Amino acid sequence: MAGWRDVLGLPPAGPPGLDAPSGALARKIGLWGYLFIAPWIIGFLVFTAGPMLVSLALSFTTYNLAEVRYEGLHNYSFLTLKDPLFWKSLKNTAVYVAVSVPLGLTGSLLLAMLLNVRLRGISILRTIYYLPSLTPAVASALLWMWVFHPDIGILNYSLKAIGIDNPPGWLQSPTWAMPAMIIMSLWGIGGARMIIFLAGLQGISDHYYEAAKIDGANAWQRFVHITIPLITPVILFNLVLGVIGAFQVFTSAYVMTEGGPDNATLFYALYLYKNAFQFFKMGRASAMAWILFVILLVFTYIQFRHSRRWVHYEGGGE
Amino acid sequence: MKLVRREYTVVGAAAVGLVLAAGAALFIFPFFWTVTTALKSYQQAFAYPPVWIPKPFVWSNFAEAWTTLPMPFHLFVINTYTIAFIATSGTLLSCSLVAYGFARFRFRGRNLLFLVLLSTMMLPGQVTMIPVFVFWNKLHLVDTFAPLVLPAWFATSAFSVFLLRQFFMTIPKELDEAAMIDGCSYFGIWWRIIMPLSRPALITIVILSFLGEWNDFMGPLIYLNSLRNYTVSIALNMFRDLYYVRLELLMAASLIHIIPVIALFFAAQKYFIKGITMTGIKG
Repeated sequence: MAGWRDVLGLPPAGPPGLDAPSGALARKIGLWGYLFIAPWIIGFLVFTAGPMLVSLALSFTTYNLAEVRYEGLHNYSFLTLKDPLFWKSLKNTAVYVAVSVPLGLTGSLLLAMLLNVRLRGISILRTIYYLPSLTPAVASALLWMWVFHPDIGILNYSLKAIGIDNPPGWLQSPTWAMPAMIIMSLWGIGGARMIIFLAGLQGISDHYYEAAKIDGANAWQRFVHITIPLITPVILFNLVLGVIGAFQVFTSAYVMTEGGPDNATLFYALYLYKNAFQFFKMGRASAMAWILFVILLVFTYIQFRHSRRWVHYEGGGE
Repeated sequence: MKLVRREYTVVGAAAVGLVLAAGAALFIFPFFWTVTTALKSYQQAFAYPPVWIPKPFVWSNFAEAWTTLPMPFHLFVINTYTIAFIATSGTLLSCSLVAYGFARFRFRGRNLLFLVLLSTMMLPGQVTMIPVFVFWNKLHLVDTFAPLVLPAWFATSAFSVFLLRQFFMTIPKELDEAAMIDGCSYFGIWWRIIMPLSRPALITIVILSFLGEWNDFMGPLIYLNSLRNYTVSIALNMFRDLYYVRLELLMAASLIHIIPVIALFFAAQKYFIKGITMTGIKG
C-alpha cells in the first residue's frame, strides 16, 4: 500500500468523491469542486505563481523599489563572476547542508530507535528531546549565544573544566562559528523528523522481526535487513525536506552573528535578505532566489531519481 | 499500530534508558541555564566561574525585561496574538473549504492541482518573497498586519489543506449522501457533517498555525517597521544588544517568548504528535 504517492498523500488511481454517473450532473458536481478550491486557486495565483514569474522577470533587471531597468543577464553574471560574497555564502550554505543534514538525520533516526523502547517515563524523555524544536528560533539563538560565550559561556567553562585550556571562540571565531551553528542545529534532532521516524518505526509489523528471529537473525541483522529497508521512504521524505530547509537557514545567523565574523556564517538566505532589504537590490536578490530555486530543484530531482535504487516500498499491503 | 516494540531485553532497555537520560540532561541544559540566568542578579549573571543557582532569586528581572524597550512588552504580545488569531482563523476556514473540495469532488485536473498544491510546500520562500513585498508595498500596506494575515485567508498553508484532506477522506461518504437526501447543500455538508466530525484535525491546525505565527521571524522582520507594530519575536531580537550588558534581562525576555509555547505543548501534546505524523506518513 505504501508508495511514494502514499507518502505524499497523493490520491490513488481510483479517487474517492461523489461519484456522479456522467454528463450534466458530473459537470455540475465538478463546478462545485472548483468553487470549493477557489480560495486556494486565487491564493496560488496571487501569492505563489504570479510572484514566481515576477521574481524571474525582476532577476533580469535592476530594481530598487522606485525604478526598474532591464539589464539582461547582468545580475547573474555579476553574482557569479564579480561577487565573491555570493560564492562565499553559497559555500557556507553548502558546508552547513552537507554536515548538518546527514548528522541531523542520523541523530534523529538513532534517537527515534532509542526512544522506541518500552520504559517507564519514556514519554517524559520524548518530550524533553522534542522541546528544543518547539523553542522559537530567536529565543534559541539568544540562548545559544549565551552558551557559546567565549569567556563566560557555560560551554567553554565545561571545556576548561575537562582540561581544554584554549577553548574555541565559537561565534566570535571565523573558524568555529560554523561548527557552532551546526552544533546548535543538532539540538533540534528530537523534533518533527524524529517523531516521523518514530511513527515509521512503530508502523513496522512485529511479524517481520519475529520471523527474522526464528531464522536466527541477530539484532544488527534485523536492523540492517528489516528496520532500515522498511523506513527508507521516511528517510527519503526527511532527507528531501531536510535539505530544502537547511538551504534556507536564516534566523540563527541573522540573530547570532549577522553573517560574521569575517562572513563565516553568511548563509545564502541571509545574503539574499541583505541584498533585498538592506541594500535594496531587489533585482539581484531575485536572481539569487532563482539560483537557489534551481539548485533545490536539481537536488530534489537527483534525490528522487537516486531513491529508486535504495528506497523500498512495501508492495501489496501489510 | 503498537506503541512499543519488544526489541530490547531488560538489560538492554535499562542501558538505553541510561543513555537517554544522560542525553536528556544535556538537551535540557540550555533551558536550565536560561532559567537560572534569568533569575540572577547582574553581578551573578556575569560571574566567573558561573553561579549555578542564583542567590537570591531576582524575580524582578522579568518585570524589568517587560519594560526595557521604549514600549511595554504586552504590546508585542497583543500584536502577536492579534496576528495569530486573524491568520489562524483564515487558515482554518479557507483550508477546510479547499480540503473539502479536494476530498469530495471529482473534477478535471484535480490530481494535478493537488500535486501542484503539495509541491508548493517544497518551494523556497525566497522565490516569492520579493514580488510579494513589492505587492504589499504598492498597496501601502507595509508596516501593517495585512501582509502577515491576509494570505492565510487564501489557503496558502498547503500543509493544512493536506492534513485536513487526509482527515476528511476518512469520514464515510455515506454520511454526505444521507445528508444530501435530506436536502443538505454541499456547503451544508461541509459545515454540518465534515467540520464537526473533524474536530481533532481542526484543533491540530489551530495549534500548529498559532505556533507558526508566534514563532515567525522573517515575516514580521520584513513587514513591520515601527516598534508599536512589533511582534514578540522581533522585539526579542532588539534585546540582543543587551548581550554584553544585561544578560539576565535578555534571558528573562527569551523565557517570556518560550514559556507560552511550552505551555501550549503540554496542554495539547497529542495534537502536536498527530499533526506531525499525519503529514509525515501516509494519512
